[in-house]
Amino acid sequence: MSTSTSFTVDRTSGGGPSTSFLELRELRIHFPTDDGVVHAVDPVSFRLERGKTLGIVGESGSGKSVTSLGILGLHNRRNAKVSGEIWLDGTEIVGAAPDTVRLLRGKKMAMIFQDPLSSLHPYYSVGWQIIEAYRTHNKVSKQVARKHAVDMLGRVGIPRPERRVDDYPHQFSGGMRQRAMIAMALSCDPDLLIADEPTTALDVTVQAQILDLMRDLQAEFNSALIIITHDLGVVAELADDILVMYGGKGIEYGSAREIFERPEHPYTWGLLGSMPRLDRTRTERLIPIPGTPPSLINLPSGCAFHPRCRYADRTNGLSYTEVPELVSSGGAHPTRCHLTAQQRREYFETDIKPNLELA
Amino acid sequence: MSTAVSSDALLQVRDLEKHFPITKGLLRRKVGAVQAVDGVSFHVHKGETLGLVGESGCGKTTTGRLLTRLLEPTGGSIKFEGKDISHVSQGRMRPLRRDMQMIFQDPFSSLNPRHTVGTIVGAPFRIQKVETPNGIKRAVQDLLALVGLNPEHYNRYPHEFSGGQRQRIGIARTLALRPKLIIADEPVSALDVSIQAQVVNLLDDLQTELGLTYVVIAHDLSVVRHISDRVAVMYLGKIVELADRDTLYANPMHPYTNALISAVPVPDPVRRDKAQRERILLVGDVPSPIDPPSGCHFRTRCWKAQDICAAEEPPLVPKTDDQAHTVACHFPVFPVVPTQASAPASS
Repeated sequence: MSTSTSFTVDRTSGGGPSTSFLELRELRIHFPTDDGVVHAVDPVSFRLERGKTLGIVGESGSGKSVTSLGILGLHNRRNAKVSGEIWLDGTEIVGAAPDTVRLLRGKKMAMIFQDPLSSLHPYYSVGWQIIEAYRTHNKVSKQVARKHAVDMLGRVGIPRPERRVDDYPHQFSGGMRQRAMIAMALSCDPDLLIADEPTTALDVTVQAQILDLMRDLQAEFNSALIIITHDLGVVAELADDILVMYGGKGIEYGSAREIFERPEHPYTWGLLGSMPRLDRTRTERLIPIPGTPPSLINLPSGCAFHPRCRYADRTNGLSYTEVPELVSSGGAHPTRCHLTAQQRREYFETDIKPNLELA
Repeated sequence: MSTAVSSDALLQVRDLEKHFPITKGLLRRKVGAVQAVDGVSFHVHKGETLGLVGESGCGKTTTGRLLTRLLEPTGGSIKFEGKDISHVSQGRMRPLRRDMQMIFQDPFSSLNPRHTVGTIVGAPFRIQKVETPNGIKRAVQDLLALVGLNPEHYNRYPHEFSGGQRQRIGIARTLALRPKLIIADEPVSALDVSIQAQVVNLLDDLQTELGLTYVVIAHDLSVVRHISDRVAVMYLGKIVELADRDTLYANPMHPYTNALISAVPVPDPVRRDKAQRERILLVGDVPSPIDPPSGCHFRTRCWKAQDICAAEEPPLVPKTDDQAHTVACHFPVFPVVPTQASAPASS
């Protein structure tokens, strides 16, 4: 996977339709509030093909969920300022009419939410909720839709689906609710599936079941999958490509192997170092990233990561004044950092890698 | 540490049991019981950290609440420094609470939003009527400095702090009375990854500095491995395996522990295919603690289960030369034996 060119963001052809299945070009989402403008997404670009999985990694407040809501058009149109382009299978979504996006949503793209208990309606049976989505997009009778719902529940591994279809969400366990959510999202056979922290609320053994299920279903449906999570273990399991977000910006974008084997951004180094890992021998101390994530209203000047970065003073002051671009240098995947490729390689080899590879 | 006799144990728990009654009808007839904790025994030595892991609903939080006597056990005994505290009254318990404190999971709901940091952290002194040499304010500021907060933030309110800082406030309050034992219920699971490491390191430093003893309740196996000296794995109200940290993670013997450890996603895309092949996927969900399976509670999801597992409950005993490594299983997994093809469970 040395094709770093596949991750370069196409700036020149801006305006033309995208050749990729999904492409985000400089998507920005701002929310003006009384306290100031929240720069929730500022900006993010990536592309994704059918059958591939993109992992978006970041801490809470890094803009990863807003990005996904932006793609689905689920942000509040009254108070959100969206700019940039989203191309989904040849259609531009940002400028499209709400009704056009509404027709795409559910059929062409669907979402699995984090907390299945609060995203399923407690008042309607699970089957009813799947049937509703299916009948919105397909002109079929109730019987046919119901049969389809039973099919879908069976597909995602719910035992005795013909009986469980009439159950209410509270009668399902956490793992089964998440399966029902997946069944609902897949009911119209979407080409793009976005999973926002799909396993965060679940136990590890259930998480393993759900990740397995998502992998199988993706292979079966050949859909494009975006998985949003803060858990580097989960993305390593599923993702082909990874986008790391910090302070609303995509700061590093590459294949999963590149991100884990040769991460370029000091924030990614910090994430990898601060995480206790079962597949490595135990270290005496974790190496935390100092400080706290920034507020999206008052982003630090220059590189948003500079107050927490131990290398910020080695860029001739650039980190404090200028916002770095997401560019690739020295044949590596794109990263948003003022350090030169040579510096990054040196620091990674001497400071970071020895700590990561205490295997 | 693990070979030490249990007489120097700070905390000794024997056959601890908590059944919550389920009542029905006008007369509140008892029709059943949620067997949240169902016969748990362990001890905690002075200065060590015991990790309690398990999935949601396994009774780990209830165990923590029983240890601090926020709940009264329905059976068994808890001895703290040799004194039986299983059924002492609230009034008698109060002086003991100085020595055992709790860190809560959610730093947002465990701090009163209407109180300043000074009031929150100083509350233990006021409640316990502890005289501090230079006044409460000074003591609170020392505590804030100890947990890495700015002492000048004395007059601020919880909403002005981030999640990690709030957890530090909670820890400062916990430390106010210099407890001997701290029960930490999911201390870092509500925090961001980069902040988790800060709090884990803080807990580590405080233990060395103040000679604290911890019982850490968590579901994250990698965090538990990092902070614990010994680890107890719980399943449906019972401890299924208890061993030294390194032993448990290197040679898990209970099938459930094996499944649990193999389910943790490996943050290494190169090894993911291998990890997937070796993964033990458990079928189904945890059975209800209202009506747990007979015999071994895990048998309904276990691929090694046989008739004896339904008939007889396996005791928590050592199965190898290592006396400190106890496991409650009729057919434990031995590391030398190559793993058999994991057939689907036939319950």
